[in-house]
Amino acid sequence: MTFAVDVIGLDKSFGDKHVVQDVSIQVGAGKITGFLGPNGSGKTTTLRMLCGLLTPDAGEGTVLGLDFRREAERIKRQTGYMTQKFSLYEDLSIEENLAFVARVYGLDRRRQRVREALERLGLENRRHQLAGSLSGGWKQRLALAACVMHEPRLLLLDEPTAGVDPKARREFWDEIHALSAEGLTVMVSTHYMDEAERCHDIAYIAYGRLMARGTGEAVIRGSGLVTYRAEGPGADRLARALAGKPGVEMAAAFGAALHVSGTDRAALEAAIAPFRRPPVRWTEVEPTLEDVFIHLMNQSKDNFE
Amino acid sequence: MSGFSLTRVGAVLAKEFTQLTRDRLTYALILAMPVVQLLLFGYAINGDPRHLPTAVLVQDNGAFARSTLGSLSHSGYFDITEVARTTAELDEALALGRVQFAITIPADFTRRVVRGDRAQILVEADAADPSATGSAVAALSALPQEALKHDLVGPLARAPSAGPPFEVVVHRRYNPEAITAYNIVPGLLGVILSMTLVMMTALGVTREYERGTMESLLATPVRPLEVMAGKLAPYVLVGLIQTAFILILAKLLFDVPMAGGWGALSLGIILFIMGSLALGFLLSTVARTQLQAMQMSFFYILPSILLSGFMFPFRGMPDWAQALGTLIPVTHFLRVVRGALLKGLGVAELWPSLLALTVFVLAVVGLAIARYRTTLD
Ligand SMILES: Nc1ncnc2c1ncn2[C@@H]1O[C@H](COP(=O)(O)OP(=O)(O)OP(=O)(O)O)[C@@H](O)[C@H]1O
Ligand SMILES: [Mg+2]
Repeated sequence: MTFAVDVIGLDKSFGDKHVVQDVSIQVGAGKITGFLGPNGSGKTTTLRMLCGLLTPDAGEGTVLGLDFRREAERIKRQTGYMTQKFSLYEDLSIEENLAFVARVYGLDRRRQRVREALERLGLENRRHQLAGSLSGGWKQRLALAACVMHEPRLLLLDEPTAGVDPKARREFWDEIHALSAEGLTVMVSTHYMDEAERCHDIAYIAYGRLMARGTGEAVIRGSGLVTYRAEGPGADRLARALAGKPGVEMAAAFGAALHVSGTDRAALEAAIAPFRRPPVRWTEVEPTLEDVFIHLMNQSKDNFE
Repeated sequence: MSGFSLTRVGAVLAKEFTQLTRDRLTYALILAMPVVQLLLFGYAINGDPRHLPTAVLVQDNGAFARSTLGSLSHSGYFDITEVARTTAELDEALALGRVQFAITIPADFTRRVVRGDRAQILVEADAADPSATGSAVAALSALPQEALKHDLVGPLARAPSAGPPFEVVVHRRYNPEAITAYNIVPGLLGVILSMTLVMMTALGVTREYERGTMESLLATPVRPLEVMAGKLAPYVLVGLIQTAFILILAKLLFDVPMAGGWGALSLGIILFIMGSLALGFLLSTVARTQLQAMQMSFFYILPSILLSGFMFPFRGMPDWAQALGTLIPVTHFLRVVRGALLKGLGVAELWPSLLALTVFVLAVVGLAIARYRTTLD
């Protein structure tokens, strides 16, 4: 498999804050890679380093086959970067923003491209509206349209759907999949589990360290986590009784059901043994990505402190 | 590899223009500022103040002294508000600002007038605000001929060829180099240009960082010099419009003489506009927020007003202030504008100031480019 992004040993500090530590990332060409991790874990910083907005302290590798440290200018031309915070000009209209981007990239057929982008967005009628007056969902779609206008080969999206309603979120992801189907490589950071599940690959980062990487299944398998699910009357109330018991790393209610997880199967089974009686039914289940992420987060915090 | 691209400069330029036209308030300020300041500064000093408080020390009891004082009051410029008994009292009245003028008629005044022996009266003017004293002092020149017209008759009558019966010695205190409206209105050009241009560019660039739009801009292939050129070009136009505006108003409202020197003037204006814009850009590479950019602009503008010779005559300032003033571009710009407009000087005479402005432009542009980062760290 060829990689669109293939960097190793990324490092970045701000003052004495070591924000990204020895992170290596491979993103398969044409794949959608989800980039997950708690707040402040270094996702934005990593994406910025990949597109040349921040100078890494250490790290080597290629982005789109180009040396990512020395050929940032050429990488920029073939990369679309959507910032976490809306960063188009709020005092310019939708059309003016798109036209500006088209000119800055020195694109040909500018009018046509802008018109096409407006049509794809379904915003032809509102093209004179100021970007600042759009709702959150529309701002995000506009930002996406702006960063794919120069037909990049790599798309870096930093929490593109934060604060967007479920329907708009789904449409946004349909669009991402459509772009990916056209051969675009996408790296997208997110906090949403359902979005993580829509990615081909996942990279999980916590406190500046890469904790897991691979397909969703591989990440789940690699975690070594064992999860039991309890159902039946009062099952969800058991969370408090189980939390903190040896072998129980997590106990969380999912509706009327309860998920109890731990990496040590024997200890976990011993902990739930007293509660394994009717009317509560226990079954071993596959851990969800969310279980795994919370597990990874707890683990990294232990390492960190 | 990408070099300098006019398309990208054009993109930034067009965007700046659109943003500028969308910001109505700024638009209005750009045009209102020259008018308001010209009216404020111009008329505040262009007035013809009369009835100025005056202290007198009369050491001569003669009739001629009384006539002279009467004639002074009669001119309408001097109101005798204090009669001092000693020189010390007189000095105090002037020093504390109770009076604008202190007039001494010496003990031998009448005697000397009669003898035709170079009689004098002394007028000390508080010229700290020279505009306040200018016309009054001018009125003094007619005094010797008029004051004693009715006294010097019969045997005392003088031959018309003998000249005036006494002379008026004027001492300007606190500000020997009197400024006039003509002086200040061209000076305003420098102040208004620095105020608008430095601040607007400093804010314009910092705003991109503060709003986060710089992150998107930096992710595109646009180069630092292109951003700078594109961002500053619209403001060159703003500067030129303001300049034209101020010069026209100066002519219409104050009839400021324009003696020529257009070549030197144009060169000076272009250099000064470029320097101010580049300085604003430089400030924006240091400031983190728009508020900081604003404060830094004021930090530059205040000395420009106070030490450049705009507010106070340059030669009236202490040596250290003059040394500081020499480092301020507005100082040199004022010399060019005043020299060219009022005295009709050309590049040949004004080259030291023009050179100083050139050095300023080159230094600031160099620093700004060196400091501008294509990354966020
Ligand atoms: N320019 C900077 N100067 C100093 N510290 C910074 C800077 N940028 C980021 N940081 C710090 O680096 C850490 C990682 O920040 P980053 O924005 O990369 O996290 P993130 O994973 O994107 O978080 P979130 O999910 O909240 O967006 C944070 O602690 C942040 O405070
Ligand atoms: Mg972030």
